[in-house]
Amino acid sequence: MISSATDTAPLAYDVARLRQDFPILRQQVYGKPLIYLDSAATTQKPNIVLQTLQDYYTGYNSNVHRGVHHLSQIATEAYEESRRIIARYINAAHNHEVIFTKGTTDSINLVANVFGRKIIRKGDTVIISAIEHHSNIVPWQIVCEEREATLRIIPVNERGELEMEAYEAMLDDTVKIVACTYVSNTLGTVNPVQDIIRLAHAKGIPVLLDGAQAIQHRQVDVQALDVDFLAFSGHKLYGPTGIGVLYGKSEWLNKLPPYQGGGDMIKTVTFAKTIYNELPYKFEAGTPDISGAIGLGAAVKYVQGIGVANIGAWETHLLQYALEALSSIDGIRFIGQASHRAGAISFLVKDIHPYDLGELLDKQGIAVRTGHHCTEPIMDFFKIPGTVRASFGLYNTTEEIDHLVTAVKKAATMLG
Amino acid sequence: MTINETQDELISDFSFFDEWMDKYEHIISLGKNLPLIDPQYKTPDNLIKGCQSQVWLHTELVDGKLVFTADSDAIITKGLVSLLVSVLSNHTPKEIVDADIYFIDKIGLSSHLSPTRSNGLLSMLKQMKLYALAYQTKAGSGS
Repeated sequence: MISSATDTAPLAYDVARLRQDFPILRQQVYGKPLIYLDSAATTQKPNIVLQTLQDYYTGYNSNVHRGVHHLSQIATEAYEESRRIIARYINAAHNHEVIFTKGTTDSINLVANVFGRKIIRKGDTVIISAIEHHSNIVPWQIVCEEREATLRIIPVNERGELEMEAYEAMLDDTVKIVACTYVSNTLGTVNPVQDIIRLAHAKGIPVLLDGAQAIQHRQVDVQALDVDFLAFSGHKLYGPTGIGVLYGKSEWLNKLPPYQGGGDMIKTVTFAKTIYNELPYKFEAGTPDISGAIGLGAAVKYVQGIGVANIGAWETHLLQYALEALSSIDGIRFIGQASHRAGAISFLVKDIHPYDLGELLDKQGIAVRTGHHCTEPIMDFFKIPGTVRASFGLYNTTEEIDHLVTAVKKAATMLG
Repeated sequence: MTINETQDELISDFSFFDEWMDKYEHIISLGKNLPLIDPQYKTPDNLIKGCQSQVWLHTELVDGKLVFTADSDAIITKGLVSLLVSVLSNHTPKEIVDADIYFIDKIGLSSHLSPTRSNGLLSMLKQMKLYALAYQTKAGSGS
């Protein structure tokens, strides 16, 4: 069984060599080699990102867009180069369509806030799906409450796939925006985003995609998708924490009001009237996370060096290998069985509490996530308190999955 | 046995295990000895809801001593609760209020449990002491 699974391994993907780029993986926890299967929560950082941060603070730390001096010019150039790298990575039509934020949550809050203030009126509707992360639920709930608008939820089937007919039926004149995840962080479902966008656009409705769990696994081409907004986090893309991206089409970003006021987002300020800066600075108030942005640029270049398609193919191989290997565990139940999936596997074993299982995996050196994964509504749908989630990054191996299977069996015996 | 005698016995029992997996095996087996809460007391009032698992705790005064019964939906949590119950149950409210609970640190639970679990254990201890304090205050005002 296992040997046949390995046959699907992409050729020329040298995972052993890539692991060398991640110093954190060379450690033991509780006397066992660390097996890190929690990349959907955050990915580890390659040496080149660590080195970039070190270089920034030792060589040219300085505030951007302000100084006339030498260091500030180098920092500004590195910061803007990072924006260009990211714009190319997602194939944005313009560099100024890439806004640096704190992360996915911040990006979604930005859009919900300014879109809500400018566009959403009493009686309007916002559509999200049943498998959203709390960060793509709560900002819209806040907006809908303030604007007396309604939140509609695209339902999901038992496999964890969206009910597309129901979605199409709810796209009426009251709908002002659709906000939907590309890949579910809990179930691993890859949503049919092309169809979601096409159907919304047919009615003139813009779409925001939560790309937090997609951007590190697959090519996300914003022009090919024709998506209006895309949000993602740097730290799930092998970059530093505290930096993220909002992509928005120029026409939307120009039309919408600023989110926060402060330095960098203005052109001129008088007490009578403030003229806002142009894109992208209009949405980047205050000193940004300069080192984070430059570090993220380094991370994206690292990913491009390997090829995100190659990474995705390797992770798909791991995912299929894991699904097959985990199936040998007595009483295992996969939560979410979408035919099209990426990144993560959620499971339960018999009636063992996921928290117990996670703790005993930890003591065997294996890092997984347990709980509701910030997606309580979908846990309620499946009537479970949470799951154990194993998620994969470019550095994981099939040997690690074999260890996972052995460790789950041992834990299940102890807890059974 | 006094509270400290029970604590010392627990510390000694756990010192026999070098591996954390063995310590967990012991915690799990202790969970099976936990005096279970009567289902009628599994009420929202008696629920201590954590981020990941939940615990029900009930307190009763029997012949001047507090008796704890409890339950949890997670087995390891249940084992940890049983440690606290075995140390504190069947003692007077004053003994419980005054008790210095050192076994959690000595066994290494505070440093090796996941933070949510270890916080849960400490909030459970706090809750048990609060119950004891309430009984002590009530007894004090009645006399």
